[in-house]
Amino acid sequence: MSLPLQDPTLAAEGFGLPPRRAGFFLGVLRERKAAVIGLGIIVFFIVLAVVAPYISPYSASAQTCAVYAPPSVHHWLGCDDGGIDMLSELMQGGRISLVVGFAATLVAMIIGGGVGIVSGYFGGWIDVTLMRITDYLLVIPDLVFALVIADIWGASLLHVILVIGILEWTSTARVIRAQVMSLKERVYVKRARAIGSGNWRIITKHILPQVGPLLIANTVLTVAIAIYLETALAFLGLEDPTVTTWGTILEHAFERTAISSGAWWAIVPDGLVIAAVIVGCFLFGQAIEDALNPRLKVSHLSLRRWRPRTLAGRGPDAV
Amino acid sequence: MQRADYVIKRGFFALVTIFVAVTLNFFLFRVLPGSAVTDLARVPHASPQLRHALTVEFGLDKPKWEQYLIYLRELVHGNMGISFNYQQPVIHLLIADLKNTIPMVTVGTFAAVVVGVSTGVLSAWRRGSPPDHISTNLAIFAYAFPTQWLGLMLLILFAGILPAGGMSDPFLFVAEPFWQHLGDIGTHMILPAGTLMLTAYGSYTLVVRSSLLETLGEDYVLTARAKGLPVRRIVWRHAVRNALLPMVTLIALDFGYIVGGALLVEVIFSWPGIGEAMYTAIGQRDYPMLQGGFLILTVSVIVLNFASDLVYFRLDPRITA
Repeated sequence: MSLPLQDPTLAAEGFGLPPRRAGFFLGVLRERKAAVIGLGIIVFFIVLAVVAPYISPYSASAQTCAVYAPPSVHHWLGCDDGGIDMLSELMQGGRISLVVGFAATLVAMIIGGGVGIVSGYFGGWIDVTLMRITDYLLVIPDLVFALVIADIWGASLLHVILVIGILEWTSTARVIRAQVMSLKERVYVKRARAIGSGNWRIITKHILPQVGPLLIANTVLTVAIAIYLETALAFLGLEDPTVTTWGTILEHAFERTAISSGAWWAIVPDGLVIAAVIVGCFLFGQAIEDALNPRLKVSHLSLRRWRPRTLAGRGPDAV
Repeated sequence: MQRADYVIKRGFFALVTIFVAVTLNFFLFRVLPGSAVTDLARVPHASPQLRHALTVEFGLDKPKWEQYLIYLRELVHGNMGISFNYQQPVIHLLIADLKNTIPMVTVGTFAAVVVGVSTGVLSAWRRGSPPDHISTNLAIFAYAFPTQWLGLMLLILFAGILPAGGMSDPFLFVAEPFWQHLGDIGTHMILPAGTLMLTAYGSYTLVVRSSLLETLGEDYVLTARAKGLPVRRIVWRHAVRNALLPMVTLIALDFGYIVGGALLVEVIFSWPGIGEAMYTAIGQRDYPMLQGGFLILTVSVIVLNFASDLVYFRLDPRITA
């Protein structure tokens, strides 16, 4: 997975070495426009979620206008089937959806990071067992699995968070495991062991700080998946019926004939905000991953180095 | 010899995974706290005698391991229990549903692969150009929009033009010629399969694009260029063929995602498939149906994964165990 440090040119440029400081993230932001846009979108929605109760124009639960009233000067995004202002409902829904997204991701990060580190560090039968479980979870259809568990446990916000967290840790675990396997062979880890450090100390002091950025990069992508899965579960009626999320807004619009009423305003804005958050996570996560993955850089180098003249395409990146 | 080992290894893994799925399917429903079937004996207002009689009748008084063995034995004989709702064997109901699901999912996936590969190749070929930006951004958004939202959008856009639900026109006479029935199902399939295509093609575009870009940087592409081959031939015959290898793995990994998407699509368009059956089962607390549907979908995804391993193995002679 990670490139061994055999190629001196790569080692000199720092490829293959895990990044160490928060400076890495600043570097990613400075170098990549996509990362700035992505982070900007994420921050925008988080801020909006925090200040939502203070700036939302109407109540997100009480009737303030006519049923499926179209967008107007007073209600910018119209109203839903209960006469609730759509804009206020979207703001309130965003709060819960983001909480679900981040909380589920935290669960996934803890499980995935833990499994990855234990698996990569100890190896042997522990590794084999944990990786079999990971392979299994990678293969099974996650929405179907989540549906079954959420149904058996009963519809509640906590269950939705747990189900998503339990399902989405696999890719994190694999990436972290590969990194830890190469890290534990590094000289400084061996030195730490030689002077008598225990496993726990090596993991917490020497391994965990090194895989941190990788963990966060994966996490950003997991947030997108978690929000996506939450909307799907809510759409299938497995979300707590008392809360409003971006997923339940879509569910209500579908169940309560928004389409035959021509109330597109109950559907379109909701999908747009969900997609915006997911694209934001995607851009930011992808940018970090690109910066972390040395192989991508090497291939791009070869792309340019071997360019005799324009073969196809235009601009500086032409083949 | 090593190559044969590879097939055996993957086959063994698939079998183990199926066994795990079967076992999980049992324990998920019977053993975990709040499990569904054990609650069966808790009929409201039932006398202790009735409760006990029900427990004995359904074999719930036996130890868990014995129940598990009975479950395995019955499963091998194709018995998945009786649907609470329809009072018919689950396996017959689900197989009928599966027959409706498979054509829709196949058409949707195939369309997604065709669209994904062609836009991905276009993007990589014209890297940095406006068509590349448009197709890449469209792919990212198609990937980001929730499946159910895309479905609802299609419903709004094509309301009145295309049939919005079901699989066939109930008013079409049975006596009508075969092609007319086929056309009827075809028009009903456009929206569900189209939604599935939209939700799945985005990741294919992105992967084909980056894979092809990587391949175009290889030395043999330079050699082909030096030989004076036309660009179109280099891209399609030399680069794309190799760049598509990762697609096999990606499509395999995507099966789980596609099955989830198909479930949502079937719910939106009332397509009488296995996803719709599971959705109905949730509403009606029809646990045998839910359990059967989960098992069938999981096992199909595992089998398809194994099949794609074999395809990859066939396509790439470099693979060894």
